[in-house]
Amino acid sequence: MNIHEYQAKELFKSYGVSVPSGVVVDSADQARSLIESKAGIFGGAATVFAVKAQIHAGGRGKAGGVKIAKNTADIPGLVAGLLGKTLVTHQTGPEGRLVRKVWIEEGAVISKEYYLSLVLDRTSRRISILASTEGGMEIEEVSAAHPEKILTLAVDPEIGCKGFVGRQVASFLGLPVTLYNSFASLLSNLYRFFIDTDCMMVEINPLIMTGDGRLLALDAKVSFDDNALYRQEKVMALRDLFEENELEIEASKHRLNYVKLDGSIACMVNGAGLAMATMDVIALAGGSPANFLDVGGGASKETVEQAFRILLGDPAVKGIFVNIFGGIVRCERIAGGIIAAAKDVKLHVPLVVRLQGTNAKEGREMLRDSGLNLQVAEELFEGAEKIVLAVKGAK
Amino acid sequence: MSILVDRSTRVIVQGITGKEGSYHAMACRDYGTLVLGGVTPGKGGTIHEGFPVWDSVRDAADAVHPDVSLIFVPPAFAADAILEAAEAGIGLIVCITEGIPVQDMMRVRRILDIKNEEGEDIRLIGPNCPGIITPDGAKIGIMPGYIHKRGRVGVVSRSGTLTYEAVWQLTQLGLGESTCVGIGGDPIRGLNFREVLSLFEKDPETEAIVMIGEIGGDDEEKAAAFARAHMTKPIIGFIAGLTAPPGRRMGHAGAIVSGGKGSARDKMKALEAYGVIVVDNPSVIGRTVAETLKSGSYRRVPTCHG
Repeated sequence: MNIHEYQAKELFKSYGVSVPSGVVVDSADQARSLIESKAGIFGGAATVFAVKAQIHAGGRGKAGGVKIAKNTADIPGLVAGLLGKTLVTHQTGPEGRLVRKVWIEEGAVISKEYYLSLVLDRTSRRISILASTEGGMEIEEVSAAHPEKILTLAVDPEIGCKGFVGRQVASFLGLPVTLYNSFASLLSNLYRFFIDTDCMMVEINPLIMTGDGRLLALDAKVSFDDNALYRQEKVMALRDLFEENELEIEASKHRLNYVKLDGSIACMVNGAGLAMATMDVIALAGGSPANFLDVGGGASKETVEQAFRILLGDPAVKGIFVNIFGGIVRCERIAGGIIAAAKDVKLHVPLVVRLQGTNAKEGREMLRDSGLNLQVAEELFEGAEKIVLAVKGAK
Repeated sequence: MSILVDRSTRVIVQGITGKEGSYHAMACRDYGTLVLGGVTPGKGGTIHEGFPVWDSVRDAADAVHPDVSLIFVPPAFAADAILEAAEAGIGLIVCITEGIPVQDMMRVRRILDIKNEEGEDIRLIGPNCPGIITPDGAKIGIMPGYIHKRGRVGVVSRSGTLTYEAVWQLTQLGLGESTCVGIGGDPIRGLNFREVLSLFEKDPETEAIVMIGEIGGDDEEKAAAFARAHMTKPIIGFIAGLTAPPGRRMGHAGAIVSGGKGSARDKMKALEAYGVIVVDNPSVIGRTVAETLKSGSYRRVPTCHG
């Protein structure tokens, strides 16, 4: 699960990681009235402000989602310009993301920019620290062009992020010695935050040294482990459903694992690995998958029916390929569920069902005898070819 | 022969009175596995579906000296259950549970590594896996037993149903399987491809290996590099997720292409470069194994021994 920058900054602050003061607004009027009443940051010494669109994606700066106001009078206009705008960045996909909230913060005098992140690194099986002197750039670009400018340090979970770890990173970054201790405490606070809230990734890009020699997190990006949300009530409260796909939210309510893609052939599969392989085979047969959907082991009538409704909720879907490997649940029962569900939802697109495994022959016969307008397949690739052909024929 | 488990393997089930634990303990017993009982804290001394129940793994270990503990404990308690089995000295721990917080697994894995560095010999399979089966020997997991047939091919996979798909093909073609190991779909897990490949290399019954990977991480690449250096048996590989968009998690917690790394295309290329026979169509896994074994021309030449 991801959260917005302003939410991440509030969390950072509560963990003793310094961030610029700011305020989040969802209308230009709200910004105007805060400015007029000299509330918070508008009553202080700050004369320059950063006005930042809040969406769950990186690359906002390049997409025009971050503006600088040299005086408070400019702020409402900049806020109005960002709200309601659809930002397209390298992380949003071509459809982009609608801006619903804007974060306004005090401008900071930047003396030097750094990159700092913590990631749960599957290779070292530890939390790794990534640090670089090339702050403000995409870390992937730095990694490709100047790998020597990145320090990667895996923290032993049995030891934790102690002072010596922080000093080592501070030294790599070439921080003034007078800042070693404050950097080490920032890093250990960030690590504590990472552990406490079950993060997968925390990224500060850039972390800056200000003109008066303080460390400040100018940006904040955090993602959490979905498996751990059951024990993270405070994090769950930060979930923004507007940032998620409607069909995906609906699917998760029914405990279906669905990811929307941009193709036209929908698939319904039991098991995540087989679901991915099914997408691949659809592509191999000349089609393009409309989704990833794992219906789990059971594939009961109710599950299949919900799954059909979700697949048909995507207007791009021109055909459905059901691929079930019946193991513990026998194929006749699965076939029964598919027939009942297909009748209830009144399918209007071609359907190909591939059943394999326990009693597959009986299951396929039931499907053929059902009177439904569907095709049956034995092999995975055969099924994919049939649905690709059926969709082409229907055009 | 086979690897890790056979007819004589003694098994207990943690979470045996739960719905899943109970169902699968019986299914494993029906298959012929020596399931000696199970553990549910607070229900020690009772009998459940004919299985004796103990309060702790330690009690069960004292009573029946199991080789394997099969875990069906809910995600919030699964890390604790794995460590309990490790502390009780169980040599092979098979954890089926899906949805364990990754940081829990990070700590568990670190502790298991420390124990093994100190000279203990504890292996973990999973979590988030179907388990392990040696056909006609022992089924220790949730896979449908009947699709398997004892034979010549070792199978190692990060996925569940995709493994059944491959196994089914091997069985239909009469090749059969020596042992099938589902190492699980989580980013941090116990046994990895490399360790399982090395066990298959030493097993005289295994003539070829099917390796089923997916997007995310670089375990497949590392295993293939290991195979190039140390293995003689042919490996037939498939990687799921060629069409998965970057940055999105595909069901399994570990199935995500991140920072441009872990894509199926890169993995396939790396595997091929290391001499793995890579198929891009999962429907032909079985046929490819059959052709490879039939031609007999395929013999890997390890680049070095060690």
